Amino acid sequence: MQKIVPANIRDIQDGPRKSISRPPTFIEKHCNSVFGWATYFFAWLTVLLVLYIVCIIAIQAAPAIRDYGLGFITGTTWDANTHQYGVLPEIWGTMYSSLLALVIGSLFGVAVAVFLSEHFLSSFVFSIEKLFGVQFHSFWGKLPDKFEQILKNLIELLAAIPSVVYGLWGIFFVIPLIRPVCDWLNTNLGWIPIFNTTLSGPGMLPASIVLAIMILPTVSAISLNALLAVPPKLREASYGLGATRWETILAILIPTASKGIFGSIILAFGRALGETMALAMLVGNANVISWSLFSPANTLAALLANNFPEAGPKEVGVLMFAALILLAITLFVNMIGAFILQKASTPNEGAR
Amino acid sequence: MVQNAQNLSSAPNPANGNGKSVVIDCNITELYYGKFKAVRDTRIPIERNRITAFIGPSGCGKSTVLRCLNRMNDLVRGFRFEGHVHFQGADIYHPSIDPVAVRRYIGMVFQQPNPFAMSIYRNVAFGLKLNGYKGDREERVKRALCAAALWDEVKDKLHTSALSLSGGQQQRLCIARAIATEPEVLLMDEPCSALDPIATRRIEELMLELKESYTIAIVTHNLQQAQRVADKTGFLYVDTTQGGRTGYLVEFGLTKQLFEDPKEKHTQDYIHGRFS
Repeated sequence: MQKIVPANIRDIQDGPRKSISRPPTFIEKHCNSVFGWATYFFAWLTVLLVLYIVCIIAIQAAPAIRDYGLGFITGTTWDANTHQYGVLPEIWGTMYSSLLALVIGSLFGVAVAVFLSEHFLSSFVFSIEKLFGVQFHSFWGKLPDKFEQILKNLIELLAAIPSVVYGLWGIFFVIPLIRPVCDWLNTNLGWIPIFNTTLSGPGMLPASIVLAIMILPTVSAISLNALLAVPPKLREASYGLGATRWETILAILIPTASKGIFGSIILAFGRALGETMALAMLVGNANVISWSLFSPANTLAALLANNFPEAGPKEVGVLMFAALILLAITLFVNMIGAFILQKASTPNEGAR
Repeated sequence: MVQNAQNLSSAPNPANGNGKSVVIDCNITELYYGKFKAVRDTRIPIERNRITAFIGPSGCGKSTVLRCLNRMNDLVRGFRFEGHVHFQGADIYHPSIDPVAVRRYIGMVFQQPNPFAMSIYRNVAFGLKLNGYKGDREERVKRALCAAALWDEVKDKLHTSALSLSGGQQQRLCIARAIATEPEVLLMDEPCSALDPIATRRIEELMLELKESYTIAIVTHNLQQAQRVADKTGFLYVDTTQGGRTGYLVEFGLTKQLFEDPKEKHTQDYIHGRFS
C-alpha cells in the first residue's frame, strides 16, 4: 500500500505537521462586500447615465414634440424662418449612407480579417524568402510574422484618424478620384435610379466610401478575433476531407465565426449611424430624398452639427427632437442586432 | 544506435496484384520542420485491407509520418521532405499532384473529435458536396452513418447540431464523414485517445469492420489497442544521438511477431515498459 504523504516530505519537517490555515479576518470579509457593492454601484451608474441622457434630451425636446408630433418625422422641409421642420430626408440619408457604408465596409473588413487570420501575407513573404534561401534565418525568418503584425496595427490605426481629417481627405482626394467614374456611370447608365443624377461635389457616394473606411477597423478587428477563435481542429478537419483553402474559408471558417463577424457589423452600424463630422463635410447637407448615389443628402448627425451653432431657443428644442430620433434609431438597431445574435448563437441547427 | 533502412522491412513489391498489395509505399529519408529534423529513415508499406499501426513514445514522429501520407504536413510552414510516398504507384509529392486531390483519396480521422458546427447530416454530406456528388446524398449519408455504427443513435435527429453528440459519437461521426466519399485509405491519428474505454471499444470494433473495405493506418499510444486491431505494426523511436530529437523506424512487421518476438532491443524495452 502506498502512503498518501510521500516519506520524503515528512523527512524535511521537524516534528508534527502544523497547519497555518485560518478563517478570513474581519477586514478581509468586509473588503469583499465593499468591493461587491462598489461593482454594483458602478454597473448601475452606467445604466442610470444612459437613462439620464435620454431623459434630458426628451425634456428639452418636449415642446417640439408637442408642436410637431409625428409630422416632424414625415415632414421633408427644414426652414427656420417659417418654422417648418421635418427630418424625413435626414432619416433617409442616415439609413442610406450607413447601410451603403456597411455593405462596403463589411466586405472589405471581413476580407481583411480572412487575409490576416489565414496568414496569406506571411505565407507570401515566406515563399519569397524561400527563393533566396533565407526562410529560416534568425532575422529574415521572423519577417513574415512581423509584416502581418505591422499590417494589423496599420488597420487598427485607421480607427485613430480624427473624423475631420477623414472629411478633408474625402473632399480633396475621394471626390476628385471618383468623379470621372461617376460621370461615366451617369451618362451611360443614367436610367438606373441609383445613377440618375450627376455628382456635384459632395454627395452620398463619397460620404459612404469614407464612412466605410472609418468602420473598417471595427469590422476587421472583431472579425479577426472571431476567425482566430475558430478551433484549428476544424480547419484541419476540412483540409483533411480534401477541401481547398477557399472552400474551407467559405464553408467552415466564416460560418463558424459568423456570430463574431455579425457582432462586428452591428457595432460598425452603430458607429456609422452616429458618425458626424466627416459626413457633415461630405454628404452635401441638402434636404433631398433620392435613390441616386451621386445626389447630395443629409444625415441626422450632420443636421445637428450644422444647425446647433446658430439655433434659436425654439430651434434647439426641434434639434433635440431630431437627436431623440437618432438615439431611438441607434438603440433600435442595436436591439435588433442583439436579437439576431441570440438567434444566430445556435448556428445551422435544424437546417439542412 | 543507428538503424539501417534496408533491413527494416522485406520491401514487398508494389506491383504485386494479389490481396496483399501495397497501397501506400512510404519511404521517408529525411523530414524537416524548418531546421528541425523530425523523422529520418522510415519505410513503411501499407497494405490493402489491412490495419497498419504506428507505435512509439511521444515525440517520435508517428503522427508526422501519418500526416505525410495525405500531405497534411504541407499546411505546416517550413515543412520539407526527402524520400517518396507512392500511393497506388503514383508519387503523391510529385509537383504535378495537387495536395487537395491526395486528401480526397486518403481520408483522415484526428485525435480530437472535430465535427463542424452544423447538423449531423451536413457534417457527413460535407465531403460529398466537396466532390460535387450529384447522386442520392441521403442514401450515401445513411450508408456512411451505418458503416460508422452511428445510424441507430442519430437517425431521428439528423438535422440537429453535431455538437450535441457525446465525444464517442462525435468521433464516430468524424469517421462517417471521412468514409462518406469512400476513400481508398483511412488514416487515424490516435482516434481513441480522447475517448473512454467503452467508446474506444466501439471504435476498435468499427475499425475491424471497416478494414474489409478500406485500408487503415492508425497511430496509437495504446499498445493493447495495436495488438487488438493491427495486422502490421511499426515501432518508431527517438534518436537523440545527433542532437535534437529525430524519430526513425526501428522495427516493422506482423503485429504478433513484433509484440511476441521483437528483434530490436529498443522494441523489447518499449513493449515491456522499460524506458531508458
